[in-house]
Amino acid sequence: MSLFWLILIVLAIAVTGYVLGRARALSSAGGERSALHSLPSYYGANVAMKSAVPAFLLLICWLLAQPFFINSTISDMIPDSAIAEGSSRGLVLAEVRRTARGLDNAVASGAIEDDFASNARADFNDVTARLKEAGQIVTSDITQPVLRAAQQYRVLVASGNFYMSIAVLLVAIAGALWALRETNKDFRARNTVEQGIKAILIGAASIAILTTIGIVLSLVFNTAEFFRLYPASDFFFGLTWSPSFSGRGGSSELGIIPLLWGTFYISVVALAVAVPIGLFAAVYLSEYASPKVRAVAKPLLEVLAGIPTIVYGLFALLTVGPMLVSVFGDNGLGIMKAGTAVMTAGLVMGIMLIPFVSSLSDDIINAVPQAMRDGSYGLGATKSETVKQVILPAALPGIVGAILLAASRAIGETMIVVLGAGAAARLSLNPFEAMTTVTAKIVSQLTGDADFASPVALVAFALGMTLFVVTLGLNIVALYIVRKYREQYD
Amino acid sequence: MNEMPNIEQATAMTESKISADKVQVYYGDNHAIKDVDIEIQPRSVTAFIGPSGCGKSTFLRTINRMNDTIEFCRVEGSIRIDGEDIYDPKVDPVQLRAKVGMVFQKPNPFPKSIYDNIAYGPRIHGLARNKSELDDIVSSSLQKAGLWDEVKDRLDEPGTGMSGGQQQRLCIARAIAVSPEVILMDEPCSALDPIATAKVEELIDELRENYTIVIVTHSMQQAARVSQRTAFFHLGVLVEEGPTDNIFTNPKDKRTQDYITGRFG
Repeated sequence: MSLFWLILIVLAIAVTGYVLGRARALSSAGGERSALHSLPSYYGANVAMKSAVPAFLLLICWLLAQPFFINSTISDMIPDSAIAEGSSRGLVLAEVRRTARGLDNAVASGAIEDDFASNARADFNDVTARLKEAGQIVTSDITQPVLRAAQQYRVLVASGNFYMSIAVLLVAIAGALWALRETNKDFRARNTVEQGIKAILIGAASIAILTTIGIVLSLVFNTAEFFRLYPASDFFFGLTWSPSFSGRGGSSELGIIPLLWGTFYISVVALAVAVPIGLFAAVYLSEYASPKVRAVAKPLLEVLAGIPTIVYGLFALLTVGPMLVSVFGDNGLGIMKAGTAVMTAGLVMGIMLIPFVSSLSDDIINAVPQAMRDGSYGLGATKSETVKQVILPAALPGIVGAILLAASRAIGETMIVVLGAGAAARLSLNPFEAMTTVTAKIVSQLTGDADFASPVALVAFALGMTLFVVTLGLNIVALYIVRKYREQYD
Repeated sequence: MNEMPNIEQATAMTESKISADKVQVYYGDNHAIKDVDIEIQPRSVTAFIGPSGCGKSTFLRTINRMNDTIEFCRVEGSIRIDGEDIYDPKVDPVQLRAKVGMVFQKPNPFPKSIYDNIAYGPRIHGLARNKSELDDIVSSSLQKAGLWDEVKDRLDEPGTGMSGGQQQRLCIARAIAVSPEVILMDEPCSALDPIATAKVEELIDELRENYTIVIVTHSMQQAARVSQRTAFFHLGVLVEEGPTDNIFTNPKDKRTQDYITGRFG
């Protein structure tokens, strides 16, 4: 039974439960609504909730747990001798899964019979040939242990899915019956549904948090693997970034400092552009502009935020870069060699960040109570004096938050850097030289042909982890600042 | 007998600090204030009373042109302070507001220290040449507002951390600090408890010696306690104006009578 049908059946049980629960509640009150504790629909919702929610929870848990269980079973089937030199157990297991999928597809398309696919005595050469004939992708030739494991994998998956369907349906029916049994006119269905809704909301909130933890864990394990292969001190304090994709990264120098410097430099240029312009725009829009101008200008400014960053990248590459070269290049001041430079990427990124700063600051400035402005105007202050001495100080925590948010965006930005700043990792003070950032390098490390187990590829996770820690630190600082100054303007 | 009121009016004209003549205020199409004529005496307290929405606060805000900050608001007629029309194009509303201070309904200290709250006005108008002059302005303003003894040891604490009554007196001190001639108060005690209210009323009574005070209030008792003259507004019209005792004991207009006896409002 496919997952789709399973879900449909559970939903059908829930809907039936809803109708039955409603009817049962009404009949227990002798058809009189006023005798019920809650509205009839609450009784129905109670039944639907108690059948669908546990069933879906079980389904999700099972789907998450089954691959782990099957993998560990299959892993035991593969002897160490079957793992080729330079390969790893993980790669062989991936091979097993690929073979199993190939067999599945071949059976589904009718190229080979189910009996043949599960035949434990089948010869692996024969199977390989048949699979290739069926148009299935088989990367390297299947070995005997891999074939056996793949066959076992198919058996386990099939039975796992079968038991999962049964268990989920049983849970759904049991839940519905239990809820129906407790349905009578005195049952507080409304309160129970309220509890259920609370639980669902808590669930949604925890998914967001658990995902963060999951992301961190996936980074941590790969980062730890990287540091096993490459010394941490060289990574954090190395002044050179020159990965060598050949020779398993043995001669690579993977120092993060040039990348961090590039990230920092480009972000500083971007913020130097975005913060003053964005802040002034916000002050104009919220304090000076007439409602008509504001109604037009604010959405226009926010359109900037909707432009995909790759388009900004093109803008940097085709317009800003050549323009800067014509001024600072060989024909001008002679300090800029090519269009790709820190300045190019920084300027364009700054333009991208203007709406972030201005939109957030505008909201924050508007949130400063009108009483503050009245108080200041009442003392004979002009608009700019009021803005400078009353409104901006009162809005400062929020504005700092907006700037730090923009900084996080700048640090995490990739496309503009790839197209605008070049790919050379360099430690230099000249803003007209090409540099690159951590994010741009993560992309290039993972999109190459490099073996996933080599330090040259794994370094991407260490870079990602570093970036994560840096932005997390920024956010913590932002929260701290906002909290510290918040009390003052209530 | 016929001559008497005219003479009285004429003497009032020459003495009055603020004189409004046929003032109209529009909010867009809404005619909020209609034909208000009033003479406000110097160094006295004038109370504006009336039911909610009668225009008393709107009229108060025309006196220091605070209505300029509202987009759709339009003022016609003339308001003269010391004989000078404040709606003349030559008058800078910013300068005017330094001369005509304002205290608002809700205490609105800036999110700054007590000292900086008071020093705000003197700093933007350049009233002090150095730190010690500024210190003097701050301490004398706080003394005049009767707040000095309570806050002299914590001038660097935020003004927002004080009690509501103290905050309102801080706002009065802040207004005094720019040495205005007129102080407008828009229901200054409506957010305060009775004890804080009593202190503010006492303060208003003391300030009368040096300043012309116009106070909008919802409380008729308060008007009776603090003011020398009272003006009753109803539906944007100035119904009756006169010495406070007369308004409360012997109102001429039926609407005033009904309002002060609690029949509406």
